[in-house]
Amino acid sequence: MFSKETLTVTRRTALLGATALLTLPRIGLAQAAPVDGGRLILIARPEPATLGLGLNLQAPTIYVGGKIFESLLTYSSDLAPMPSLATSWSISEDGLTYRFELRQNATWHDGTPFTSADVVFTADDMMRSSHPRWKLLAETYVERIEADGDFAVVFTLKEPFSAFIYAFELSSLPIMAKHVYEGTDYRTNPANNAPIGTGPFKFVSWNRGQSIELERYEDYWDETPAHLDQVTFLVIPDAASRETAFEQQIVDVLRPGDVEGFVARRLSEADDVIMTTMGEEFYAPHAFIQMNLRKPPFNNLKIRQAVMHAVDREFISNNIWFGMASPATGPVSSRTAFYEPDVTPYPFDIEKARGLVADSGLSGDDLKVTLTPLPYGQQWDRTAEYIAQQLTQAGLDVSIRGVDVSGWAQALSTWEFDLALNYTYQYAHPALGVARHYLSSNIIQGTPAANNEGYSDPEVDRLFAEAANSVDTEETQRLYSEAQKRLVDDVALGWIFEMRSPTIYRDTTNEVVTSAIGVMDTMKATWKAA
Amino acid sequence: MKNILKNTSLAIGLALLALILVIAVFAHVFYPVSPWQSAATPLLEPFSQSGLPLGSDMLGRDVAAGIAYGARVSLTVGVVSTIISVTLGVTIGAVAGFYGGVLDNLLMRFTELFQTVPQFAMAVVFVAIFSPSLVTIVLAISLVSWPPVARLVRGEVMSLKSREFVKAGIVLGESESGLIFRHILPNAVSPIVVMASLMVATAILTESALSFLGLGDRNMISWGYMIGASRTMLRDAWWLSVFPGLAIVVTVVAVNLIGEGFEKALNPQAHGERKA
Repeated sequence: MFSKETLTVTRRTALLGATALLTLPRIGLAQAAPVDGGRLILIARPEPATLGLGLNLQAPTIYVGGKIFESLLTYSSDLAPMPSLATSWSISEDGLTYRFELRQNATWHDGTPFTSADVVFTADDMMRSSHPRWKLLAETYVERIEADGDFAVVFTLKEPFSAFIYAFELSSLPIMAKHVYEGTDYRTNPANNAPIGTGPFKFVSWNRGQSIELERYEDYWDETPAHLDQVTFLVIPDAASRETAFEQQIVDVLRPGDVEGFVARRLSEADDVIMTTMGEEFYAPHAFIQMNLRKPPFNNLKIRQAVMHAVDREFISNNIWFGMASPATGPVSSRTAFYEPDVTPYPFDIEKARGLVADSGLSGDDLKVTLTPLPYGQQWDRTAEYIAQQLTQAGLDVSIRGVDVSGWAQALSTWEFDLALNYTYQYAHPALGVARHYLSSNIIQGTPAANNEGYSDPEVDRLFAEAANSVDTEETQRLYSEAQKRLVDDVALGWIFEMRSPTIYRDTTNEVVTSAIGVMDTMKATWKAA
Repeated sequence: MKNILKNTSLAIGLALLALILVIAVFAHVFYPVSPWQSAATPLLEPFSQSGLPLGSDMLGRDVAAGIAYGARVSLTVGVVSTIISVTLGVTIGAVAGFYGGVLDNLLMRFTELFQTVPQFAMAVVFVAIFSPSLVTIVLAISLVSWPPVARLVRGEVMSLKSREFVKAGIVLGESESGLIFRHILPNAVSPIVVMASLMVATAILTESALSFLGLGDRNMISWGYMIGASRTMLRDAWWLSVFPGLAIVVTVVAVNLIGEGFEKALNPQAHGERKA
């Protein structure tokens, strides 16, 4: 009796279990199986000047162009290289030869087959003359670029450069069509306004001031072409209108910066809205206070240390950036390769900051400084006000300068500043996005993204140079760790926070952020629930 | 004095303005700490913590302190820019009206040049070119608000010039400057006073609008700035925009009441006060 009952229960449980086993995967499949069709509506902000990717490196050009063009590689959120136009790649042991095997079935949107000639043309000719970052990289490190047959390309370097594998991101080296651009003036080529790429979406029309229309490219190289039928970019210049457009479900996705942080936070409170701060691991925007080290008071180490102690980076991250930022500890973002967490910490301590200013031996006019804020909106304004106030409390005499974007860029590019706010992309590897701020050879005018503060330390120069040339990962880590420790001890810059910019979309839209470049990527996997 | 008290709008206006003046002058006594400094946890609602009657903003700054210090900026800008533009307007208007002819023609075309450009747009451009600071804001507002004064004074001077007491002055050998300053202008003073008091209100509004757009002095807290900084948080923190907004309304109403009161007091016929 007892045992029978037990048996019954067991049998029933077993049956239930079997049913569950049969149904569960089906439910799982129903959720995971992408639906084909539909139109994804995004925002082009501001309207791009051109769609000639690689000729223009502004975010809207990359955002739109990223759906049309591809590079050899893309990167997973932990920065591992993944195939794109290259199916596989190999790096020689001496770190000098990079060989890429290419897709054999890829075609340009006009039907012409994609071959190694396009890659060689792009890398050795077009981007070498037009793309500032690739140009610098190619001139410094690349010995020659050769095709090996129709579907393999070999890059030979002059000296080993461990960051080179990160140079094949969409905006760093977008592959352009040789038959479209060769022998023309790249900047005035009509294809810049009606681009022909290899990507999952092809260009349809561009109604200036209104919208840009793309549609699925049916002959895409991947077995499964893009899921979406169409992608539309609306031009919505006003922030409040962008917010409303999303609320009214006119727009499906807001990319970082389409709305400010507090709006993002409010929008994401709705049950059917998803917010993610993933998808910018490759860029890893890093915000810092730039101090002009050429003159008092910031040529004094004690004052720089005081700045680090006076500013509560947790407060800035939580209260001004609403958690869409994370305190920075040093020159390298925690999301970039070779990050070193074990550096001198500068905990928030206003008393200590005051003490350091008092010990610096500076007084009066030497402590009078102006802060050049980054005029990129409310959150940057609040950040500037907060920092000015904290430094005033520490004993500096800070006034904020009112500048527009060009005024800010001008102040930094000509070194006419005391304190300035700034942020830059790290491009996955210290050699690409970090070293430029500290190498003494990069103390140049004309750009706000160089060594504008005037930091110069031969030892740091040596460490960065050796790390970039090293082919051994452990050795590279050791060199970069040492460089980071030195820079933090010297307070070369006042690192404030790592930006964690939000991408927002409705839960009916899936696979929006799939790689380390997030919404900038092709979106071929993105689909909308019917 | 009796007249002033009987004039209710003038009395109310003066009382309100006096209150704001006291707050502005003694801001540093009420709030010894800078209004930029965090005083509490961010985004406290009004009356939720003692000592913070109007709550705190996104950086934990005291809203009440901001309003007190903001009064300084508003009043300074209002008064100083009005003094400058009235001086400019009266000078140009008096010269044009008194001498007439080619000089009048030239000066009035010059005035029209300023009048045809929308005032606020010109102020924005001026401040944007010469980087925003209290001085440039005052100058910008003065620069765009003198033409109506010049027009008014020119008209008054032209009509007074032909009056008999002026002709008598000429006959008696009074100098030109004596005629303008001792005989004509004193008789034109009442419309100028009325216009000036209303200009103070406009100047306060213009400064607020400039600060709202982010073209204020970045180192001085002002009401327009407070609203501009918190407009994006209107749905989350209403008190950040509402209180500075009320401060602007009260100040502008006070100044307008005073202007209206002056008009009544200086031009009683127009209001039928004599008969009553």
